[in-house]
Amino acid sequence: MKKTGGLLNKKISRRNLVAGGAAIAGSAAVTGFPMVWAQKLKDITLNHTGMSYSTLADIGKQAEKDLGFKVEMSVVDHPGLLNRVSNDPKSIDVADVEIWQNKVLIPQKVLQGIEIAKIKNWGDLTSLYTDGTFAGKQVSREGDSPIEFIYRRSVDDGGPSAAKTDWVNFLPGVFNADTLGIRPDLVGRNITTWADLISPDFKGKTAIQNIPTNGIMDAMMAFESAGQLKYRDKGNPTKDELAATIAKLIMLKKGGHFRALWSTFDESINLMASGEVVIQSMWSPAVTAVQAQGIKCTYQPLKEGYRGWGNGLSLLGHVAGLKRDAAYEYLNWYNSGWVGGFIAKQGYYSSNPKTAMAALTENERGFFYEGKPATADITSPTGKKTNSAGDKRDGGSFEERFSKVAVWNNLMDQAEFLYAKWNEFNAA
Amino acid sequence: MNATRDVRGWRVKPPSSPSKVGKRMARKKSLITYVQVAPLTVVLFFFFVIPIALVVLVSFFRYQMLVGIVPQFTTKNYVDLLSNPTTWSLYLSTIKFTLIVLAITFVLGFWISYFLVFHVRNLITAIGLFLLCTIPFWTSNIIRMISWRPVLGREGLINSGMQGVGIIDRPLDWLLYSDFSVVVAYVHLFTLFMIVPIFNSMARIDKLLLEAAVDAGATRWGVVWNVVLPLSKTGIALGALFVVTLVMGDFFVVTVMSGGMSGSATSGIFNDLQFLNYPRAAASAVILLVIVLLIASAIFRLVDVRKELVK
Repeated sequence: MKKTGGLLNKKISRRNLVAGGAAIAGSAAVTGFPMVWAQKLKDITLNHTGMSYSTLADIGKQAEKDLGFKVEMSVVDHPGLLNRVSNDPKSIDVADVEIWQNKVLIPQKVLQGIEIAKIKNWGDLTSLYTDGTFAGKQVSREGDSPIEFIYRRSVDDGGPSAAKTDWVNFLPGVFNADTLGIRPDLVGRNITTWADLISPDFKGKTAIQNIPTNGIMDAMMAFESAGQLKYRDKGNPTKDELAATIAKLIMLKKGGHFRALWSTFDESINLMASGEVVIQSMWSPAVTAVQAQGIKCTYQPLKEGYRGWGNGLSLLGHVAGLKRDAAYEYLNWYNSGWVGGFIAKQGYYSSNPKTAMAALTENERGFFYEGKPATADITSPTGKKTNSAGDKRDGGSFEERFSKVAVWNNLMDQAEFLYAKWNEFNAA
Repeated sequence: MNATRDVRGWRVKPPSSPSKVGKRMARKKSLITYVQVAPLTVVLFFFFVIPIALVVLVSFFRYQMLVGIVPQFTTKNYVDLLSNPTTWSLYLSTIKFTLIVLAITFVLGFWISYFLVFHVRNLITAIGLFLLCTIPFWTSNIIRMISWRPVLGREGLINSGMQGVGIIDRPLDWLLYSDFSVVVAYVHLFTLFMIVPIFNSMARIDKLLLEAAVDAGATRWGVVWNVVLPLSKTGIALGALFVVTLVMGDFFVVTVMSGGMSGSATSGIFNDLQFLNYPRAAASAVILLVIVLLIASAIFRLVDVRKELVK
């Protein structure tokens, strides 16, 4: 660290730049790069790898425009991301991981700590991630909530720390609260509870997601609210609880309750748009996509609350020197507004609500964040109309939605057992 | 070649043994053969033998949640899989699909090839019609599969058509997201794999044989049964092999077309990979491989494809 001050005063040559790069990158004092650096950054290509719903080509393009270096977006599926990060970490610079995936990745020791002091807008980021509270209240700890994994013990020790430290495992990314999607024109009655997913009224007209870790959550929410099963902690069910849940799911499946089990996002869109199902597990952008086809689809708020999930941007261990500087630039840019505005239109939230809201028009801000009726047409990120003037967003304002997260997506202790059981459900 | 090298010919040989020159030629010939097969051997070694060996190796390793592969020998993966009724029901369902699809694609493949070879007199027309069969292959697998949905769905072509005409009053649910739709997609995707080899072996049948059979008093069916069928069995065996391996190794078609309501032997492998359980996935893969090899060897036992092909 001592070297840093001296180096900055010197005229920077290519050689000592490379040599001192790591030292500088470790220093919090560096803000605003000299011209030479900007020149060098141009040659950098940063790879951002994540899942299809958040790793969007448009984000990479905009980042390139704003930052001046190349940002390459690669899309993988959930297991693909875990596999890539653990087995081929050098092929990724920034990994867009779901909170629960940290449980797998932290022990692999492939991520490096992100220094909070170098994240300029850290103070503006939602307390949901940085403090584990939302709107002044503690957020649910059922399942893997962001606060349980974000702080690391030290630079070198990625183990999650209960107390706040100066280093984090990931920069807060996009997040949302999931619920059931319905076709208001076809359900024929009010939908108010998760139990409606398993209600005999919708026999043969429902679908559940065939992604074990998420599907089981939807199922547990439904069985619990229907009073059929009880759980000590839905975020970490016991073997017995899982076995009982799967047994009930199998009974429903054999009884013809489910029209389908969907495993990809577009399957859920097709099921809903074609009217094959009228109530199902769904993700927010899928609802937007159905609406964009001119079909009424509601992301129905339910009295038991939402299933929350979140993403974070992690830095891979090998990223160093100039590339690390570029990566920090990117992390700072990510929560500076443009991304927040873009993903708001597919129903997601940015970890920096302040800049995201500023990036939206007044109409959009009112609709997506403040729970106000739209004053003009609302469009999807691709510019297709999703809602008309007068429509209100399902679930109300940002604050209203997020104060009702009941449980988080997670990787439970009994995940291995869950997967085996879920296989039985598939085979039944 | 100089004479000193021929010293190696000191061994006592029966008079009938080939001359030194002949032997040298033979040795040279066999060397050439080795060189000729070398590229394929190298490719197979690196891209087939090594990966399979790794899969077998990993299938005996231990899996630990959140850690992944632990290189300690265990047979737990196999014991778990083989003692689990789910494995058996998945295999049963996969074998059921395989047999149904095999039967349908065979009937279709045989008669389409028969028509092309024996009924279409003009070779150009036959080739043209044969190419028509390949048109669906100009689009991707996924498109061919997904395109059945608007046809078979609740509000799809068939249901709305039949409701319009008044044959049914509510849509038939079993058309889509059912075993039926899975079989439809498989047949659509894989019939060509049956047509091509059968067409190939039928085209080699000397037409004079058929005339001779008719002259000798055989009926039309008799000709098919006693002449065409036995002479096409190489093609049938190869086609069956394609279809069996494609259906047994599939999890995508079955997942998509059954709407996730049916699984296959391979879907367990996919689920295991979701949380890095490579050892159990590898064990599943080895079991599947053994079963497919058994089926393949049964097929080859029925028909000596090698012998038939060089004929």
